[in-house]
Amino acid sequence: MHSFLRAYPTEAKLLAVLVLICIGLSIASPDFLTLVNFTSLLNNNAVNVIWAVGLLVVLIAGGIDISFAVAASVVQYLCVYAFAAIGGGNWAIGFLFAGGFGLALGLVNAFLIHQFRIVSIVVTISTFNAFFGLLMFFSSGRFLYNLPSWWSGRVILWEYQTANGTWAELILPVLVMAVCMAATWVLIRRTTTGRQLYAFGDNPEGARRAGIPIGLMQAIAFGWCGMMAGIAGLMQAHITKEVVPNALVGRELEVLAAVVLGGARLGGGRGSVLGCFLGVLLVAVTQNGLNLLGVSPYAFKMVVGVIILLAISTSNLDPARLFDPRKGRRA
Amino acid sequence: MPADAVAPDALRFSAISKIFGGVKAVDDVSFTVGTGEVHCLAGENGCGKSTLIKIITGVYQPEPGAAMEIFGQAYAQISPTQARKAGIAVIWQDLALFAEMTVAENIAFETILGNRPRAVSYARLRRVAAAALARLDVDLDLDARLGTLPIAQRQIVAIARALVSDARLIFMDEPTASLTESETDALLSVVRNLSARGVAVVFVSHRLAEVLEISSRVTVLRDGKLVGVFPTEGLTHSRLTELMTGTVISHDVMARDTGGRPEVLRIEGLTRAGEFEDISLTLRAGEVVGLTGLIGAGRTELCHSLFGMTRADRGRITLNGQDLQLRSNRDAVAAGIAYVSEDRLALGLIQPQSIADNTVLSVLRQISGAGGLLSSRKKDATVSHWIKKLAVKIGTPADAVSTLSGGNQQRIVLAKWLATRPKVLLLDCPTVGVDVGARAGIFRIVRQLAEQGLAILLVSDEVPEVFLNADRVLHMAGGRIAHEWDPRRTGLPEMEAAVYA
Repeated sequence: MHSFLRAYPTEAKLLAVLVLICIGLSIASPDFLTLVNFTSLLNNNAVNVIWAVGLLVVLIAGGIDISFAVAASVVQYLCVYAFAAIGGGNWAIGFLFAGGFGLALGLVNAFLIHQFRIVSIVVTISTFNAFFGLLMFFSSGRFLYNLPSWWSGRVILWEYQTANGTWAELILPVLVMAVCMAATWVLIRRTTTGRQLYAFGDNPEGARRAGIPIGLMQAIAFGWCGMMAGIAGLMQAHITKEVVPNALVGRELEVLAAVVLGGARLGGGRGSVLGCFLGVLLVAVTQNGLNLLGVSPYAFKMVVGVIILLAISTSNLDPARLFDPRKGRRA
Repeated sequence: MPADAVAPDALRFSAISKIFGGVKAVDDVSFTVGTGEVHCLAGENGCGKSTLIKIITGVYQPEPGAAMEIFGQAYAQISPTQARKAGIAVIWQDLALFAEMTVAENIAFETILGNRPRAVSYARLRRVAAAALARLDVDLDLDARLGTLPIAQRQIVAIARALVSDARLIFMDEPTASLTESETDALLSVVRNLSARGVAVVFVSHRLAEVLEISSRVTVLRDGKLVGVFPTEGLTHSRLTELMTGTVISHDVMARDTGGRPEVLRIEGLTRAGEFEDISLTLRAGEVVGLTGLIGAGRTELCHSLFGMTRADRGRITLNGQDLQLRSNRDAVAAGIAYVSEDRLALGLIQPQSIADNTVLSVLRQISGAGGLLSSRKKDATVSHWIKKLAVKIGTPADAVSTLSGGNQQRIVLAKWLATRPKVLLLDCPTVGVDVGARAGIFRIVRQLAEQGLAILLVSDEVPEVFLNADRVLHMAGGRIAHEWDPRRTGLPEMEAAVYA
């Protein structure tokens, strides 16, 4: 426990806040602490978590990506036409195509950033606009409903009828989320490449001097983020059973906020999969709780803003400093 | 060096030259380091030290005709990879470490390199790191995040990292620039330790005292040429300065009797909890008062309070007989107090901006003309006045400050504050990172300013600096003023003994 607190101070803090909010909400609303509410929380946030772990890798490597949610929409359209072209497809081909298209879009970002030495926020704001413009132009804003049945058919992994007759269930995106989390964890914690990503984000010049290939690092970070975005796009269409060109625009900031809340540092070198997951959950639980309490959805946006400000302004605060005036002043 | 006579020299380079755009940065230099030797590479900024190191580590290729031998093996050409494989490591001044990663990962960084992804073994990382630290005889927490360690310990981490890559010859670029006296001692003992185990260390340092203390030989470069290789034994501080600068720098005590001059700044019983206590001192017009003591003695904190950046809990500050209430540093500037900060690079200058813009930063109001808009005529006049007066060597005032040498940057900081026409100048460690020749220039300016009637508080952790350049020397320890000395009566050894006790 002690070593966990020490290695993951932000995550521990986040977990504590999450638990407190859950306790508060379960007292305030009888509907909160129910199996149905819990499973739907997971179902509804799986897509965000998949995006979040992809974005996490970019943040760790010292970059930022604004384009991933729009990239997911592009992947959805490409997939619809690609599946039609090959005569239907199946889940295996679906993941391959969605991941592949997403990867390619991510590599576009990496190429621009590395080749022209442009900061990632500028590049991804441009690709955000370029991707979205192209998508609206070619799709003419049309919705697509004719998804292959394997794609739009609901895949229930586990279900359970509760005492009052409602069903608690877990759907495919939750499993995909778990796999994406595990894969990202292996990449960043257990492989040498992942540690190089941390090092590169932490001190790019030091990494370069140590012989870490910079271009490869950018390609892995943005490629991974793109791949996760593609998979998230596949899952989102699976849930909504339709493809809408402007459905995902705007989600990128919500995800970015959750990832930063989860302890990833804008500037690189810090962040964890667990933190990402907790960050997304904290935002979701807050929203869920306010819903159950009948608070206006507009209030939710405000609350999220406050949470993010608090999280960012206290993330570098060492509790020990609060009690040592001398150090506190210098912080 | 009583090393094994059969062992080949660690490094044997001769006839090394390097030409950049027609200028000989390094001109026919020979450089030899024995196995396990502690060698010092001395010279002023721009003398060719860094170019030479970059040639040795394969970053630059020398001009044809060079003979290069590393541990007995001759090379026609050296690449950075070859240099590393041959056992050469450089610890740069900025250390190139990873603040967010643990100590263990930083030390054993080598083990996570390579383009082919492999599984990370944290157990192996820790084992490798612990072994490297054991060789240095140092105990560090392997799981601590590097960013939480003080600079001195990060230095140890950088050295340990060099050992992991089997370095047998380590270059240290200004390793003690930001260390306190006791941290420097600890580093020097690590260096001795390395040397005893056959690892050669080349020190590149401005601080002459430690050069003389640690190394067995000194190679001196000047203007790209080899001045000579000298055994440290019998070499004095002043002789080494002469060799480096090619001129004789006066080592006379500059102190004068300033007792009869009018008081400018008077401090009585100034206290700020946890920082300094019951400080009383006076600064007279035209007087240079030295303030020395170990890092952490409260010197800088006192300056901050005198400059209005922090507020003292108790005590009085009077300027020209008037009580002074400093609520912010704007008040201090308005009252005529200027502060040249310790950390010139971070706090004193805006590096990417031009020399001109930096110079007038503190006097924007004075140089504005009609309607509050900046007058470029007034600005140019102010800039050229101070650049001439302080003899700053620049290309054009529009160049970025970052293009200047340390000594010239320091002059720009001075110019910025002198432009406010202060009555009191607080100089906090003005020579950190500035080489010997340029230091003499800075102290000449300090003297001139004093002669024009400015009251100057000269803070330095190098006792000889205040001994030579101040009219009176105050010694601060544990937040209090422990001694007041007159350099004409008290000798340097006595002062140093008291400060470093």
